[in-house]
Amino acid sequence: MGRYVVRRLLQMIPVFVGATLLIFLMVNVMGDPVAGLCGERACDPATAARLRHDFGLDQPVWQQYLTYMGNVFTGDFGTAFNGQKVTELMGSAFPVTIRLTIVAIVFEIVIGIVLGVVTGLRRGRPVDTGVLLVTLVVISVPTFVTGLLLQLLLGVEWEWIRPSVSWSAPFDELIVPGLVLASVSLAYVTRLTRTSIAENTRADYVRTAVAKGLPRRRVITRHLLRNSLIPVVTFIGTDIGALMGGAIVTERIFNIHGVGYQLYQGILRQNTQTVVGFVTVLVLVFLVANLLVDLLYAVLDPRIRYA
Amino acid sequence: MRGRTHAPWAVCAAATVLVTAGCGSGGGGESGAVLSSSWGDPQNPLEPANTNEVQGGKVLSMVFRQLKQYDPKTGKAEDMLAERIETSDSRNFRVTVKKGWTFSNGEEVTARSFVDAWNYGASLRNNQKNAYFFEYIEGYDKAHPDEGRQSADTLSGLKVVDDHTFTVRLKQKFSSFPDTLGYAAFAPLPRAFFDDHDAWLAKPVGNGPYVVQSYTRGAQLTLRKWDQYPGPDKARNDGVDLRVYTDSNTAYTDLLARNLDLVDDVPATQLKNVDTDLEGRYINTPAGIIQTLAFPYYDKGWGKAGVDKVRTGLSRAIDREQITETIFRGTRTPATDWTSPVLGADGGFQDGLCGDACVYDPAAARKLVEEGGGLPGGQVRITYNADTGSHREWVDAVCNSINNALKNDKACVGNPVGTFADFRNRISGQKLSGPFRAGWQMDYPLIQNFLQPLYYTDASSNDGKWSNAEFDRFVDEANAETDTAAAIKKFQQAEGVVRDEMAAIPLWYQNGSAGYSERLSNVALNPFSVPVYDQIEVS
Repeated sequence: MGRYVVRRLLQMIPVFVGATLLIFLMVNVMGDPVAGLCGERACDPATAARLRHDFGLDQPVWQQYLTYMGNVFTGDFGTAFNGQKVTELMGSAFPVTIRLTIVAIVFEIVIGIVLGVVTGLRRGRPVDTGVLLVTLVVISVPTFVTGLLLQLLLGVEWEWIRPSVSWSAPFDELIVPGLVLASVSLAYVTRLTRTSIAENTRADYVRTAVAKGLPRRRVITRHLLRNSLIPVVTFIGTDIGALMGGAIVTERIFNIHGVGYQLYQGILRQNTQTVVGFVTVLVLVFLVANLLVDLLYAVLDPRIRYA
Repeated sequence: MRGRTHAPWAVCAAATVLVTAGCGSGGGGESGAVLSSSWGDPQNPLEPANTNEVQGGKVLSMVFRQLKQYDPKTGKAEDMLAERIETSDSRNFRVTVKKGWTFSNGEEVTARSFVDAWNYGASLRNNQKNAYFFEYIEGYDKAHPDEGRQSADTLSGLKVVDDHTFTVRLKQKFSSFPDTLGYAAFAPLPRAFFDDHDAWLAKPVGNGPYVVQSYTRGAQLTLRKWDQYPGPDKARNDGVDLRVYTDSNTAYTDLLARNLDLVDDVPATQLKNVDTDLEGRYINTPAGIIQTLAFPYYDKGWGKAGVDKVRTGLSRAIDREQITETIFRGTRTPATDWTSPVLGADGGFQDGLCGDACVYDPAAARKLVEEGGGLPGGQVRITYNADTGSHREWVDAVCNSINNALKNDKACVGNPVGTFADFRNRISGQKLSGPFRAGWQMDYPLIQNFLQPLYYTDASSNDGKWSNAEFDRFVDEANAETDTAAAIKKFQQAEGVVRDEMAAIPLWYQNGSAGYSERLSNVALNPFSVPVYDQIEVS
């Protein structure tokens, strides 16, 4: 187990380097960001040259990348164009997005799995068909439509919630945005769980458990569910990374100042330091989440062993 | 929910030394007459000489007062901190600063506050993006050379005479110089700015009607009324909370849900609902912004003689009335000259100067384009940045209009560029081969500001590299005039050259628009499309 984890951690290094290099190059290809700093006119050449020098943009790309990576390993992610440290931006953005992701994941797990189990056990009944139909609708409607619709209905028409989230973004204000963010994945989790449960109800070990005379609740939770959760856990695990990076739309609609907001702004302003910094952290989150998922397999299924 | 926090007291305690006067009034802000307003994250640090866009400008307009102040209605420059500004030759100016003004930290505003601030703004080592505002002052080329190291830290043209007097010597005659002094870059700065720069940036201290109570970068800035403010334009509310919105649509939704009091950028998609949504709590007033199509005169096709007929032809092929009505819903007005109505006739605005050349007439357009030798390269590609300002919609509409008028489906196509920075890169790299979007928001309400930076040879915003000796001569003469009216006449003559050559196609004048909640009254936008916060009343 320990050796497996170490091997996986080592594998992360090339992935990490490759991902950051790619992002770095992509932002660089967009051209000189200093030109966008002076409004509808050319920056005066002297100031532009100084700014380029201060941001290290006057060096060749490979040197910029090496300097940047060197700084990253000492914990210095550089400075955004408005003079703020990127680490400072991360310090304010990540807690918000993490809270949003937690809300979304909780929705996925609680509602998604419960609906999946219920429909999986009642295949073909009205509940099953109904939920299937609803998930179909949720999957086919884009997030920004669901988001804007809920915002308008709950926020403006019925005034149950604030249409936007205040900048401190406490958990209670993130419930609706979290639900919107989770909606599509939630539908997938439901469907995945349902299929998995439906398949396993016919498995030998379930029949054995029932034949042993175990109570139905125990059969479902200990035998059926535990074995059916493997694909679902994989999905949710990878979804953590996707939710954190992919919250741009939801964050924009509800004015949440999280990772998506900073990334969006960084891209518009072609701020290499911000974009690469945030993406680097997201890549790490993704890698770690994947590792955790793989480790969870062993917990769920005793037949899986890592050496 | 309206931005109540406990933080102000903690902040005050920590900063008692700095802002004793300011915090006393902060208490008043808790009484409820505080309004919330939408905001965007300023692109640059909030220094007066480093802020060149509206969002940062909003804050400066509340926190600072300059020698001159532009009247929110007429746009005329009126004395604020200036007792008087005297000159006999339009080149040497003697500025007397009013006594009794202080910064909100108690420090007196003296001649030195201005001279230090202007020297800081001009000095190359400080990376101030508005440094060129000081370029007329003698010694600018030493403190801010185009290349190489600076040989001076201060401008030799600025001299402190006594506590409340200083002199300015310009490198050339510039009669309207005093009227430019209302621009934010010319604000005075307290010693705290120089002594502890980081602390100042975290919580700017100025001499305006509001004090900054707390500033969370990228999220919120809370301003409170400064009770001891010595100026005539004291705030009529207890404070303003500026909240950063990523999307103007969300801000608008928040306004509808009574969660926000003021939105000063109503999204184009909501304009058609604005009357029913806000029941008259919507203003739409002219601002000093003009949109034009500029041309790359460095390009062989567009630079050759005789193409002015093609440009005029294109201008006549654009149905401005219809586009401003259907796409902008009246928040733009068809342009008939190259300045802005906010200048007023006295300030040099000439309604209808463009004449027939700006009137839609497909037949005339076809004829002119043909006489001019046809479209260079057979096609017009209008370059614009697609990331902000719903530019795609109007560029497509302009192209449609041109295609219909010229009866050629391929006469005009849009050429979107992903980001503003990339768009500016292509312009400054002279990589364009067709017309491009050019918007100009005035820095100060003077006809000079609409002409010189845009059309003078090698001027800072002359992106198309248009050059005309006659125009340059008129501008030089105008700047040398000591009499304002005579100077404006000369500028108008210069504008006549722009018209005859159709140096750029004027499209429309842009309005500022804002929507507000039932709690507010007396809401107005100044000619810079910034809300006049100090006059807003909260019930």
